[in-house]
Amino acid sequence: MKEQVKAAPHTQVVKSDFNLALIGNPNSGKTTIFNALTGLRQKVGNYPGVTVEKKTGLIESSGGYSIRAHDLPGLYSLVPKSLDDKIASDIITGRASEIEHLDVVVVVIDASSLERNLYLATQVVEMGMPVIVALNMMDAAESAGIAIDSEKLASQIGAIVVPVVANKGTGIAVLRQEIFKIVEGRSLREPKGIRPPAEIKSALKPVRDWLAANSELSEMAIRFAAVRILSSDKALGCWRNPANGHVHDNYDDLVTRVQEARQELDEQGVSWSMLETQLRYQWIDTIYATTVCKTREHELNRSEKADRILTHRILGPIIFLLIFGAIFQSIFAWAEIPMRAIESGVAWFGSVIAGVMPDGVLQDLIVDGAIAGVGAILVFLPQILFLFFFLSLLEDSGYLARAAFIMDRTMRSVGLSGRSVIPLLSSFACAIPGIMATRTIRNSSDRIITIMIAPLMSCSARLPVYALMIGAFIPGVVVMGIFKLPGLILLAMYLFGIVAAIAAALVMKRFVGRNEPPSTFVMVLPAYRRPSMRSTLIQVWERAKIFVTDAGKIILAISIVLWFLAYYPRPQAEMSSSQAINQSYAGQLGHAIEPAIRPLGFDWKIGIGLITSFAAREVMVSTLATIYNVEGADETSVTLRQALINDRDPNTGKPVYTPLTAVSLMVFFALACQCMSTVAVVKRETNSWHWPLIMVVYMTVLAYTASLVVFQGGKLLGFG
Amino acid sequence: MSLTKGQEMTLEQLRPGETAIINGISTNGGDEGDLMEMGLTSGTEVRLIKYAPLGDPMEIKVRGYYLSLRRSEAKAILVERVKREATGKP
Repeated sequence: MKEQVKAAPHTQVVKSDFNLALIGNPNSGKTTIFNALTGLRQKVGNYPGVTVEKKTGLIESSGGYSIRAHDLPGLYSLVPKSLDDKIASDIITGRASEIEHLDVVVVVIDASSLERNLYLATQVVEMGMPVIVALNMMDAAESAGIAIDSEKLASQIGAIVVPVVANKGTGIAVLRQEIFKIVEGRSLREPKGIRPPAEIKSALKPVRDWLAANSELSEMAIRFAAVRILSSDKALGCWRNPANGHVHDNYDDLVTRVQEARQELDEQGVSWSMLETQLRYQWIDTIYATTVCKTREHELNRSEKADRILTHRILGPIIFLLIFGAIFQSIFAWAEIPMRAIESGVAWFGSVIAGVMPDGVLQDLIVDGAIAGVGAILVFLPQILFLFFFLSLLEDSGYLARAAFIMDRTMRSVGLSGRSVIPLLSSFACAIPGIMATRTIRNSSDRIITIMIAPLMSCSARLPVYALMIGAFIPGVVVMGIFKLPGLILLAMYLFGIVAAIAAALVMKRFVGRNEPPSTFVMVLPAYRRPSMRSTLIQVWERAKIFVTDAGKIILAISIVLWFLAYYPRPQAEMSSSQAINQSYAGQLGHAIEPAIRPLGFDWKIGIGLITSFAAREVMVSTLATIYNVEGADETSVTLRQALINDRDPNTGKPVYTPLTAVSLMVFFALACQCMSTVAVVKRETNSWHWPLIMVVYMTVLAYTASLVVFQGGKLLGFG
Repeated sequence: MSLTKGQEMTLEQLRPGETAIINGISTNGGDEGDLMEMGLTSGTEVRLIKYAPLGDPMEIKVRGYYLSLRRSEAKAILVERVKREATGKP
């Protein structure tokens, strides 16, 4: 057994040269154990070239060395169903070059659903690496009347078994000791596995030879990998193209060998389809029968009881709406207070710096470019922190899966699954945390489509633009006796965003992932449990850190470019701020694009606003205020509204803006990707520039077309 | 249509609260492997807990845990009903 021999001989331990992988079903408590083992010494990044998140941390030993721990994505089987699964499966089966060599694998098992969890665990044990099974949630199992003899389990599967209750910290010290024993070569068990019939063994000889020649797997691992490849085409396909490697040169040869083996078995009348799964569950049934003692029979499960209310036909959706209503309230309203504090704090800091630095380009660059850019990053933190605090609690408690269960039917009508509902609803507050929340969508094409349509939800940054336009141009008349027109228009803008998102999703469904099988909705509804505050806080911290460090860089860079455009060329001393922005590069660009935006009813002033508001949509308002020389105006400013209403075309004397212009502009803002932070966060979450660029292009085209139709159509109908 | 014990039916045809034994999964589209890996193998007992508020997806109990799947996926799972609770409610 090659793998074991490699792992064992470290008698003199070298510093930090060990690799540990944590693997397990989703919701098995894997991340809680990872947090308990590594503390805050964690790094979150991406696997190269893919969207899958890579998490590593350090485990320090008293023996003067440390172990690098890799928290692999959760999965149910070494036969992968998604890209996340494939990364984990490739690492465990030695197809990935990510980790040179694994010294120990910790398989986390949810003791309260032992059979399903043993499926993956026994597959991993068979790969022949030193395995520790962390039998998690022993308390939940016991209260459900399941008593597990962990010693018997250990001897049956051939791995060390450590009972733990991760969220209470029970058993973690023992787990740690067992990990050290293995890396120091002091503890091993003879792995056990499924036993295929003799005919299978002989038919698979050519497949085993191929694996021996083309992989690093141990002899034992090859035996089981061969059975898996025989059993399922999906497992066979894994050898074609490792997640971050090239197509295997000899893959065709492997396919031929597998086909020959299947044919040979067909002739002998031996069934091979899903053979591994059949044999494994038969074996698991035996293990279960001998290691588990049911202390109580058929008692109604606590979670099932809770679900009588939480997923009830009528109460379920009501509770769902109440919970998410409260969360949006928190992002929408409560986050406002720290956001204002951050804004004024950054402004204060800028003025302090401006006070101590000599006037000039450098001062302006630092204060108006860099510090304002940092402010643009930090201002999102309250929303991100609020959303992820609640989402993490809901995910850990098990409720998020129920929300997806309740909403699946609705979301399926737009070709998505229930998992997309929370990111999309969150995007009504802000697309940034919404897009970051798409991590819980397991299907990768569903996730991409959700990311791509999230910015179409009318976020809070659009409100100032809507408010200014509605306030200035939409008369407060009463419609149909009870509704006020301004309110109706505002509601219409929200609905318009939703309709556009549905249409975009349906169109994208035809392009994204059309080669993939249709998304399934086989989803485990985990038992409800008390979320761990520590895990929640670590998750919130992680999200905030990722946003600031990864997306923040891009936001800062774009901020400085936008500053440059508005700052140069330098105005003459006697110029007003309006003249200054007019002659800047941003002003020149605004004039330059005027012919293109004329058909939408926009003039060069709005043109300038379209350029500056790429920083954030609400910047449109302050830009217009600058252009009209209205000092310190916001969307409620009467002076600014009057300035817009009174503006006349110098040639014709007609008003520059009409109610039709206002509607056209609102339609444009509803659809256009006027937000550099969204672009930055999409880049971070999809790990490429491909999707953010597509997003900017498609949303701009959509916005332009819709505004064109609204303005020209409106003119034809005699409005404006 | 009255179904007697032992008659071949699919998981999708069960009513909430009913228990059945899986007879097999029909092959359509290659997802049968995924369902089997989740423990839905021949001879396993499943209980239909409920349907989601809009009638789809459904929640079942299998091998001691709860699983949600769509009706379209449940159609592929052949079962044999073992008992029906008096009320037919979850």
